[in-house]
Order: sequence, then C-alpha cells, then structure tokens
Amino acid sequence: MKYIVKKAGTLIITLLIVSFLSFFAFSIIPGDAARSRLGTEATQEQVEALQKEMGLDKPVLVQYGNWLKNFITGDMGESYSYSMPVSDLLKDKIPITVALTLLSFFLILLISIPLGIFTAQHEGKWLDRALMVLNQVVMSVPGFFLGILITFVFGLVLKWFTPGAYVSISESFSGFLSYLIPPSVAIALPRCAMGVKMLRSSVISQMEKDYVRTALARGNSGHQVMYGHVLKNALLPVLTFWGMTIADIVANSIIIEQVFTIPGMGSLLITSISNRDYPVVLGIIMLIAALVIVINFIVDILYGKIDPRIRVEQ
Amino acid sequence: MKKKEKNYNLILGASIALFMFLFLMIGVFYTPYDPDAMSGSAKFAPPSLSHIFGCDHFGRDIFSRVLKGTGTTFFVASATVILGGGIGIIVGAFTGYFGGWIDEVLMRFNDAVVSFPNILLALVFISILGPGKYNVILALAIVFIPSFARITRSEFLSQKEMDYVKSARLMGVSHLRIMFVHIFPNILPSVLSMAAIGFNNAVLAEAGMSYLGIGVQPPDASLGRMLSETQTYLMNAPWCAIFPGLAVIGLALGFSLLSDGLLKKGGK
Repeated sequence: MKYIVKKAGTLIITLLIVSFLSFFAFSIIPGDAARSRLGTEATQEQVEALQKEMGLDKPVLVQYGNWLKNFITGDMGESYSYSMPVSDLLKDKIPITVALTLLSFFLILLISIPLGIFTAQHEGKWLDRALMVLNQVVMSVPGFFLGILITFVFGLVLKWFTPGAYVSISESFSGFLSYLIPPSVAIALPRCAMGVKMLRSSVISQMEKDYVRTALARGNSGHQVMYGHVLKNALLPVLTFWGMTIADIVANSIIIEQVFTIPGMGSLLITSISNRDYPVVLGIIMLIAALVIVINFIVDILYGKIDPRIRVEQ
Repeated sequence: MKKKEKNYNLILGASIALFMFLFLMIGVFYTPYDPDAMSGSAKFAPPSLSHIFGCDHFGRDIFSRVLKGTGTTFFVASATVILGGGIGIIVGAFTGYFGGWIDEVLMRFNDAVVSFPNILLALVFISILGPGKYNVILALAIVFIPSFARITRSEFLSQKEMDYVKSARLMGVSHLRIMFVHIFPNILPSVLSMAAIGFNNAVLAEAGMSYLGIGVQPPDASLGRMLSETQTYLMNAPWCAIFPGLAVIGLALGFSLLSDGLLKKGGK
C-alpha cells in the first residue's frame, strides 16, 4: 500500500512537471497568439483587448494555473484555426487512435510472446538464426515505409483492402476495425521484432539459473519448467518494455495515420503543427504525456505485484 | 572455453555503413543528372540504363535524388549524434563522477524524459522552432541528450570506484584529466555503440519527420519527403518509393548492426 501511495505521488509530480514544461515551452514561442488570431490588419488596441480576454497579459505561472484548472475539467481552450473548443475537436479523434493503439499492442503480444519463447528454446539452431536476422532487418525499417510497402503489396497488388477508403465507426464497426488492421500491422512489426529479441534474451538468461536445473532434475518436463517457472521470471524485464511500447505505438501512430489517411489524433496534430494552432498541439501532447505517465505507473504497480522484492527494496 | 565466434554483426554493419557512406560521397561530388531538373518526356520512366532507379512524377532522376537525399539524412543524423551525444556525454560524465544533488535532480528529470517517445518530443520542439534542416538537428539533439547522459553516467559510476582511478587521484591527477584521459578511453566501446544506435534512431526520426512534411524542407533533397510525394503514384511507379525507402533502411540497418557488434566487442 505504501508502495502504491509513493508511486502515485511520483506520478502526480511528474505530470505537473511535464505539463508545466510543455505549457512554458509553448508560451515563449515568438509570435503572439492574439495577433495571429486577429490577422495583420488589427490595431494595437484590439490586440491588447484580446490579450486581456485570453489572459495573455498575466504572468506565465498564473496562466498555467488557469490552464491546468480548465484542463482538469476537460476544457482545453479553443482552437485558433477551427474556432471550436479543442475538446470537441478531439472527441471524435481519440477513439480512433485508441483503437489503433490497442489493436497494434494486441498484435505485438500475439506475435512476440510465442516467437520469443520459440527462438529461446531453439537457441543457435538455424530457424532461430534466420528469425534473428529477419528481426534485425525489420527493426531498421521505418514504420511509414513498412506502411507504404503494405499498401502496395496487400492494397494495390493483392487488393485485400482499399487504401484510403476509411470507414468511420458510426458507419460500420467491423469495417472500421478491418481498415485498421493493415496500419496496425505496420506499427506492430518493428516492435514485435524488438519484443522477440528482449523476451528471447530474457528467457535464455533465466534458463541458465540454478532453479531451472533443479526443477529439471526433479523430473519436471521442459514444458512445465518453461510455463510454470521460467516464463514468470522472464516476463518481468519485458514488462517495462511493453509499457514503453504503448507510448511508442501512440507516437508512431502519428506517422502511420498519415500513411493510411486515418483521421485520428496524429493527423490533427500534424495539421495543427503546420497551422501553428498551439492550443490543439498542447492538448494532444498533454493527453499523450498523461497516457505515457499513467502507463508507467501501472507497470510499476504490476511490477510490485508480480515481484514482491521490488516493493520491499524501495 | 567457448569457441571465439566471429563478430558477424560488426563486420556486416561496418560494411553496410561503409557502402552507404561511399554511396553518399558520390552524391557530394557527382550526380548523373541535376537532382532538381524536370523532364516531361522522362515522367515516370521505369528503371533503365539511362535512369537506373527510374524517374518520378516530374521526370526527375531518382538515382540522383536518392544520392543527395542520403547525404542530407546522413548529415542530419551525424550532426544530431555529435551535438546531442557530445552534450549528453559531458553531462553524464560530470553527474556520474561527482554525484551530489545536481545529479539527483538531473536524473529524476531524465527519468521523466526518457520514458517519452523520441519522435513525440522532437515534434514538440519542431512545432516551437519551425521546420527545416537545422531545426530538425537541434530538436533531435535535445531529445537525445538524456539517453546519452544516462548511459555515460552509469559507466562513470562504475569506473570511478576502480583502483586505477584512486591511484591516479593519489598521484595528484586532476579530476578533469581523470575523467577524460583516464576513464573515457575505458568506456569508449559503449560510447561508440551508443552513438551508432543514436545514429540509427536519428535516421528513422528524420525520415519520419520529413515524411510528415515538417522535417527537412526543399530545396534540400530528403528521402522522407520523396516517399510522401510519390506515395500517390505507388501503383504505376513503385520504384519512386522503393529506392528512397531502401536507402533509409540501408543507413538504419548498417548502424544498428554496427551498434550490436560494438557491444559484443566490448564484452557485454
């Protein structure tokens, strides 16, 4: 319990630091938000009036306090270029990105766990070697190029799906999901490769431990030892990796959404960066930041649950 | 005794990296065509003897453009590693060697930053700085500092307890000299491996940002931008996308193998 409280404290402090840094970074950008909203024709008085209205004349810390208060209640300010609340803008985008993230993560688990165990069990044999070479190559392929290749091979040549024909959730849920499969494969594959590599080396290092030899000597079958003893220990270091993977997936979906023209948070983020629409950029960054930090928190808690030694040491 | 295995990763990685380097050096001195010259008759020309990688939607020679683009990517990635790695190593060396409360604060800060996806942080900086080659370098370098600092710090932490450091100190060698003349050569393998993996990440990040249109801007040739420009013509002219993509993979793969090989050579 004490462990959870301590971790929760760190969680809140990190969230505060990150949010303040992002807010501060965006508030020192050259170029006045009020002026850019009114255009170059506006008089000095008009600009100052709007600055007052937007609270831009107050010190940064006060501005941050106001912004944070609004952010917690779900009000992220108003977009400059769409003239509508950022929260309304994001409402339709979030489910898309979340669905894409979950699907990719599921794929990663589905592929990397069996392959990781398999390659570790067959360490040094030719199949393991071939898989490890393939792994190394896949890790170096940029996700968006993989996306382009998938579009070309499966979309254009084999015609398994129609590139660019996005189906929204409200139209058809199954159509929406099946449109998300190719992009999630593009996101998942490079990370699968990393996942296999991590799990493989983790399992191999566990297999050399004494308890494995003892368990085998007592007549347990290889399967019993693997799934009853080794895997639990081997998954511990990989857990951190999976936590980081979720954050990584979200970041990479920004690019992949562009490849497959999916109207999710990533596409919105990129257009907002080009339009210098800072409230939207800040809102999205903060959401992703919060997600990353919360996931790290969950991983820490899980860690403590699985391995009680960690709780005691801290 | 284990039989000493050949370090295939190192050999293969070094050869690929060297090949890519020679490839882009050609581009510095010579390109078969002007990379920006358009030609109506060569529009979507498939790979042939006169245009070995084919031509794009403006009839520009893709081979010349890939040569130049690889050069840009290589430049951005090396500058990033030198800048970000340099600062990161210095920060890591001082915090690891001296410790104290600055170390404590910086490492907490580091923990928060490292858990963040690189590309996302780089996007934040790009949205503040604006796009362009030098801003990409700056953004990526800032993003890479913490990971370099972290690894260097842990190396310095373990090295400073060693006897050779203590005896050097007893002989009156200054701290700075111990740090950079005595300790640094010992941690060189892990620093080099770290630099190679940083290079790999920088290549992928630069290509990604240029693909999104917020990285390297024209007139600088860029592999990522070539990919996004020609994606629409994928069905009719797949060579427009495949060759720039292969160049990115070549750079990234070469340096990631190199990093693995160096780690193995360092005995870790």
